Amino acid sequence: MRRTARDTEESNRSLNRRTLMLGGAMAAMVAVLGVRMRYLQVDQADQFKLLAEENRINIRLIPPVRGLIQDRNGKVIAGNEQNYRVVITREAAGDVDLVLRRLATIIPMTAEEMSQAIEEVNALSAFVPVTVAERLSWDDFSNVAVNAPALPGVVPEVGQSRRYPLDSDFAHVVGYVGPVSDKDLEVLDAPDPLLKIPKFQIGKIGVEKWMEDTLRGEAGTKRIEVNSAGRVMRELERQEGDPGTDIRLTIDADLQNFAQVRLGEESAAVVVIDVTNGDVVCCASAPSFDPNLFVRGISHTDYKSLMENDHRPLANKTVSGAYPPGSTFKMVTALAALEAGVITADTKVSCPGYIEFGGRRFHCWKRAGHGTVRLERSLSESCDVYYYDIAQRVGIDKIADMGRRLGLGQRFDIPMSAITEGIMPNKQWKLERHKQDWRIGDTINASIGQGYVLTSPLQLAVMTARIASGRAVTPRLVRMVQDKEVPVPQSLPLDIPPEFLAAVRKGMYEVVNGERGTAKSSRVVEPTMVLAGKTGTSQVRNISKAEREAGVISNEDLPWNRRDHALFVGYAPYDAPRYAIAVVVEHGGGGSTAAAPIARDVILRALSDGLPPLEAYPSSQRGRIETMLKELPLRDPVTGQPPVQTET
Amino acid sequence: MSFLEYRVKFAPTGLRKVLYLNWPLVVLIIAVASVGFLMLYSIAGGNLDIWARPQMERFGVGMVLMFIVAMVPIWFWRSMSGVAYLVAFILLLFVEFFGDVGMGAQRWIDLGFIRLQPSEMMKFTLVMLLAAYYDWLDPKRVSRPLYVLIPVLMIVAPTVLVLMQPNLGTSLLLLLAGATVMFVAGVSLWYFAGVLSMAIAAIVGVFFTRGTPWQFLHDYQYRRIDTFLDPAADPLGAGYNIIQAKIALGSGGWGGKGFMQGTQSRLNFLPEKHTDFIFTTLAEEFGFVGAFSLLALYALIIGFCLVAAWQNRDRFSSLLIIGVAANFFFYIAVNLSMVMGMAPVVGVPLPLLSYGGSAMMVLLVGFGLVQSAHVHRPR
Repeated sequence: MRRTARDTEESNRSLNRRTLMLGGAMAAMVAVLGVRMRYLQVDQADQFKLLAEENRINIRLIPPVRGLIQDRNGKVIAGNEQNYRVVITREAAGDVDLVLRRLATIIPMTAEEMSQAIEEVNALSAFVPVTVAERLSWDDFSNVAVNAPALPGVVPEVGQSRRYPLDSDFAHVVGYVGPVSDKDLEVLDAPDPLLKIPKFQIGKIGVEKWMEDTLRGEAGTKRIEVNSAGRVMRELERQEGDPGTDIRLTIDADLQNFAQVRLGEESAAVVVIDVTNGDVVCCASAPSFDPNLFVRGISHTDYKSLMENDHRPLANKTVSGAYPPGSTFKMVTALAALEAGVITADTKVSCPGYIEFGGRRFHCWKRAGHGTVRLERSLSESCDVYYYDIAQRVGIDKIADMGRRLGLGQRFDIPMSAITEGIMPNKQWKLERHKQDWRIGDTINASIGQGYVLTSPLQLAVMTARIASGRAVTPRLVRMVQDKEVPVPQSLPLDIPPEFLAAVRKGMYEVVNGERGTAKSSRVVEPTMVLAGKTGTSQVRNISKAEREAGVISNEDLPWNRRDHALFVGYAPYDAPRYAIAVVVEHGGGGSTAAAPIARDVILRALSDGLPPLEAYPSSQRGRIETMLKELPLRDPVTGQPPVQTET
Repeated sequence: MSFLEYRVKFAPTGLRKVLYLNWPLVVLIIAVASVGFLMLYSIAGGNLDIWARPQMERFGVGMVLMFIVAMVPIWFWRSMSGVAYLVAFILLLFVEFFGDVGMGAQRWIDLGFIRLQPSEMMKFTLVMLLAAYYDWLDPKRVSRPLYVLIPVLMIVAPTVLVLMQPNLGTSLLLLLAGATVMFVAGVSLWYFAGVLSMAIAAIVGVFFTRGTPWQFLHDYQYRRIDTFLDPAADPLGAGYNIIQAKIALGSGGWGGKGFMQGTQSRLNFLPEKHTDFIFTTLAEEFGFVGAFSLLALYALIIGFCLVAAWQNRDRFSSLLIIGVAANFFFYIAVNLSMVMGMAPVVGVPLPLLSYGGSAMMVLLVGFGLVQSAHVHRPR
């Protein structure tokens, strides 16, 4: 088909016209792209820059070093140890199976641990390090380091872990740390971000828990660059945190160890308070347990054996245990009666062995009776009838009021767990609690520390300290926080006439030192360490009329958990009181036989630099005491190590 | 004087043809490709061997092909257009049934040394055939229904095959490039207006048939549209690509983070960073200045092509040049719209920059045709 030149010209012009239109459209599109580019890269650049930074930068926390807990002299009770551990990274290891099998030849690893590690490694991203072994010995740890070329992906690391070098001595006071649980997080409103770190350790009970904020410290932070898979590429910036604050307790670790060992296998508690300032210098609960087990994660069998032990090693009997104070309560009744003016120290009460109220007989522990009893003898020989008599004259409300002033029925603010308030009952309390009127029998029971009255060893020690000093001594457990002395709680005078206190103290002197005192076998002959105190034996069962007539079954013939609690409260030296002590031996039998000897040993230990001096004991007892002291498995005061058990 | 004689008489011969190449175009192509090598080097973290070197080698081969194609007279290519189209069409049919499956789509024939994508070949053979058709057709008849129907079939047949692969991006580009040639050839604007309104109706249809057994698109294509419309709805899934691409672009700011300093690409936040999303790395590392410069280079390439078409008085040559340029343009427009969040992610590479052999090779052969048309233009 031939085309004319004119046709060609015409079609060319049309083509060029359309080309121009196309070029225009394309230019418009390019302009749109350019504008969009400008919008994103210039107008919105700041916003996107921020987003890009958020993408690439992660902030990680650096756990702070936990503060130390020391005894009053600086001996470490809770410290931190290097935790040598081994981590493995899948992507660097390649064949995880093979590498772990090689690792197992170098460090102790069970097949179970290995398969668990393999499972964990495979469950997480390839670049996430997984801990395969912890708390290695230095030898094993360095072995891993030396063999590093044969162990691709395996990295030896050093971390910090809590360690209680005095293991069971402070288990109840200091408590222990453990990994944060969901339950821990629930109770906090705004939890420290540190707590979100897996396996971060926080205080679970005791001082570790209640001083957590002081001990924990502030987290440091590091800014790290990560890629889209979350792998750390490099560290950009690091800001160290503040380590936790060290604290010093008022407790003397050597004394604590002595008390703990002295209690031995008994289910018992000892509290010693410095009368002059309220410092709790000893607070031992037996039997105890090793808190280090909990830090590592206690095994099921260990936990079960602790739970099933009828001596309840996990319970802190010093502050959580609530016991009927028994005769140790008699000072309270006496002081209430003296203050109320219903008796004087010379008031005579006749004890025929029992007293009758409303047709009911209330027996004295001594069936034959004490005859004519005055205050001093009522304490030294622990006549019950005397107190039955004066208590119904003074009334429960005044007794309860005196009890409160002496520290019973109240919770002291010290950083320990499960502190009991005890019970210091009065009429109103019974009405509220039991919806019943107070009866005269209740007063009679309460007058000798039975019935509703419940006290903890700590409260009894405070009571004794207050009687000994005449001031409202308040216990203090923390002596220093970061080298700064914690102020001693103010102890105001008790506002009890000194002559009444003196009369009661004289009675307590006679308990230990009198010819017929209930604790005379526990007397101290060293004049500068003279002990005064009061025994107590509190029933944990009711004695029926029939049994009483047939003769009360002696403790030795009862099963352990039906025997009486043995108590002793005391202070020394008598003329210039320094320490007050309370001892409770659960189901120990009599206070004079089971509790008083322990109290004497512990308070003598507190008053002297080393072991209790033999000269302080009556000469007839020295041989026996010397043997007993020698056999106590005490820690070496310097190394803190328990003695090596040797067969003799 | 025959038309043929006219050309033979004035066209340069032998090696002298090299002097008559459109050299500015060659330089621009090399410049853009070099930007690509630089980016591939950067994305690989300073490693030449991963992407940059293979890409350079392919570019070298492509350039040689371009020169060879350029040396062959344009009338030879015109005579080959029917055959070329037919071969590409048969290959397209072939991969539809026997092609290798990759990325969820049947797209290529593995020849061992190269993976041949017939859909890529089709882009230029279609343009060639259309140009030849309109060169043959009397310009007065271009708007007659029958003569409009023929090129429409030429376009639709391969488009449907590519769409079935399924490869929405390439089929869209085929359609656009073919329509552009028809537009420039002078087909009445009424047809375009009609098609446009039908397209709108089709888009409405796409959305209305969704969820029914006769829905127009695949589920993943619907999801891509959803994601495009609201990337934030699925920030870790399909929306992730778009969000991260925009972050990379935007955080580049005015001057960029510096060569090899792009955090989004270096730390792997960017998807497909060496292929479809390569522009985001450039924009991140060289900022608005760098990104706009690249856009300007692309605009210059297209501009030189349009001028070459304008100057060329041979109808086949003009239409062919425009077809190649339009193809090139639509690639860029779709890719940039996609990475800048203005279009759904359809999987279209950025020409001369994105890593990938056969697309670049075919593109350079296309530019070879442009050069051939330029060298052998009537004078």
